Amino acid sequence: MSQEILPEAFSSEFIINNPAGQDFQVNRRALADPKVLEAEMRHIFDTCWIYVGHASEVREPGDFQTRSVCGRPFILCRDSQNRLRVFLNACRHRAAVVCREREGNAKSYFCFYHGWSYNRDGELDGIPGRASYPDSFDAKKLGLAEPPHVGVYKDFVFVSFNPQAQPLEDYLAGAKEYIDLIVEQSPSGRMEVIRGTQEYDIRANWKLLVENSFDDYHLMTTHSTWLNYMKRSGVEIKKPERGHLMPAHGVGKALGNGHAVIDNVNFRGRPVAKWIPLYGEEAKPEIERIRAELVDRLGEARATRVADTNRNLVVFPNLVLNDGSSITIRTFHPLAADHMQVRAWALGPVEETPKARAIRLDSFLTFYGPGGFATPDDVEALESVQKGLATYREVPWSVMSRGMSKVGEQLNTDELHLRAFWLRWHELMAPSFEE
Amino acid sequence: MLNLDNIHRSDVEDFLFQEAALLDAWQLDDWLELLTENAQYMVPSNDEPNGKSGETLFMISDNIQRIRERVVRLKDPQAHAEFPRSRTRRVISNVRITDWVYGDQPAVGAQANFVIYRHRRDQDIRTYVGSYQYILEIRPEGLRIASRTVVLDAFELGQMGLLSFII
Repeated sequence: MSQEILPEAFSSEFIINNPAGQDFQVNRRALADPKVLEAEMRHIFDTCWIYVGHASEVREPGDFQTRSVCGRPFILCRDSQNRLRVFLNACRHRAAVVCREREGNAKSYFCFYHGWSYNRDGELDGIPGRASYPDSFDAKKLGLAEPPHVGVYKDFVFVSFNPQAQPLEDYLAGAKEYIDLIVEQSPSGRMEVIRGTQEYDIRANWKLLVENSFDDYHLMTTHSTWLNYMKRSGVEIKKPERGHLMPAHGVGKALGNGHAVIDNVNFRGRPVAKWIPLYGEEAKPEIERIRAELVDRLGEARATRVADTNRNLVVFPNLVLNDGSSITIRTFHPLAADHMQVRAWALGPVEETPKARAIRLDSFLTFYGPGGFATPDDVEALESVQKGLATYREVPWSVMSRGMSKVGEQLNTDELHLRAFWLRWHELMAPSFEE
Repeated sequence: MLNLDNIHRSDVEDFLFQEAALLDAWQLDDWLELLTENAQYMVPSNDEPNGKSGETLFMISDNIQRIRERVVRLKDPQAHAEFPRSRTRRVISNVRITDWVYGDQPAVGAQANFVIYRHRRDQDIRTYVGSYQYILEIRPEGLRIASRTVVLDAFELGQMGLLSFII
């Protein structure tokens, strides 16, 4: 899987790809021009499978979560039969949102504007003054609309606005293996989103967060204060081996359809299951117990794979699953070419003990989030890039060729995985270039 | 000497004003002196303002060791999100004593409203509004912070972006 999926050499107004000449460059206009974002909304966000939420966020009939995805208001919910449903949150009468709460349990979805109401299955079942509508009025056709496709893979719920979308499992391609590595941390194969959402804006182009989420090249300089914190707490940070920049070995891989991952030997703590002094002595038996269960269930080799590697996965275009200091689901949507809205959650096994859950959440905050020891510096880096991008007319190109001269394995600090994202981006955006 | 029977709102108010002044001046080592040896500093996620750390995902949940490490980090020019440092100005009001805790270590629960303006060069002013919830121990040397929870009013962090400074 680690060899680069390389199309023929080409160059366009956005990408120069010359494998023979070992050159890959991205035009900075792609990160700064509002016209590009307009095209992305159609050619990327309305074409791909887009993450909406996790099945664990709604459990009982009538449970709902409302959230905005690709600029559209959605209801993620359970219907009367407890089936997972996704409705567009807009009344069929005048489009007012029919569910205005963040989350809860609904007996029905009621539009207060003129009083239309919908049952848990999205059927229109209340119309004040119905007699005034002519015979042509058909309430059966006026249920809450659903996106053309809803797909679920191991409780991760996606929608697609593309009527011709390929099946979700085909779309996910090699990313499935990495989702499986997360799900296998639960003895029953059931993970849950833990309550508490981190929602924050970054004044930067959304694709910069894609790059940043699996770019290990930046770790040593951007996150030196986090590394110092780890060191001071007793984590061993080894001197990088020759030719490496990181304290442990890690590779970058393209997974097909623009998905990619960095797959690293763990050197920091993991709730499943590598103890570090930060967790406290009293947490040691708990982490050992989790480890033993894993070995017992999966065998030594697979347990090692699950518990001793950290993986930052990008599911094209805007879902990031980071499994490191903790597991985070992170998704983000552009508000403007230089502005995005980020949402992040913690994910854990449903059967986790209160002690293990507390370790997971504490470990999360050592690195991730708006108050973490690392994420703020990522945000600063991205906003700093965005400021510099104002010079894109004078300095149009960013070099992205790290690792191109290598045959075979690419490191996590190389850029194969970034190129994989950009090549897919280019492929999908190409129809817009001629417009 | 200050005790549970004579402590007055204005004692708490003076203490919180002093704390705010230290934080706005980035006198973080002096600020650490106001904390007990078991102090906690917490910011719950916006959608779980009453959440319990350890059960729900917070944005900050520091024990005293991590508070001290946070200060180490913030004093390092490599803490890029706060280099150059933001300028903050805290306005603290509506201070109330809400609990009187008798026992070996007398303490009061106190709440206050805050508005914090955060300025960075070439950026919009970011405004943080919410409520401080304290447990303040009454020590011979004065009030000391045992617990400090910052509850933001906003439904999401949104335009505030980060909690990279001590809020």
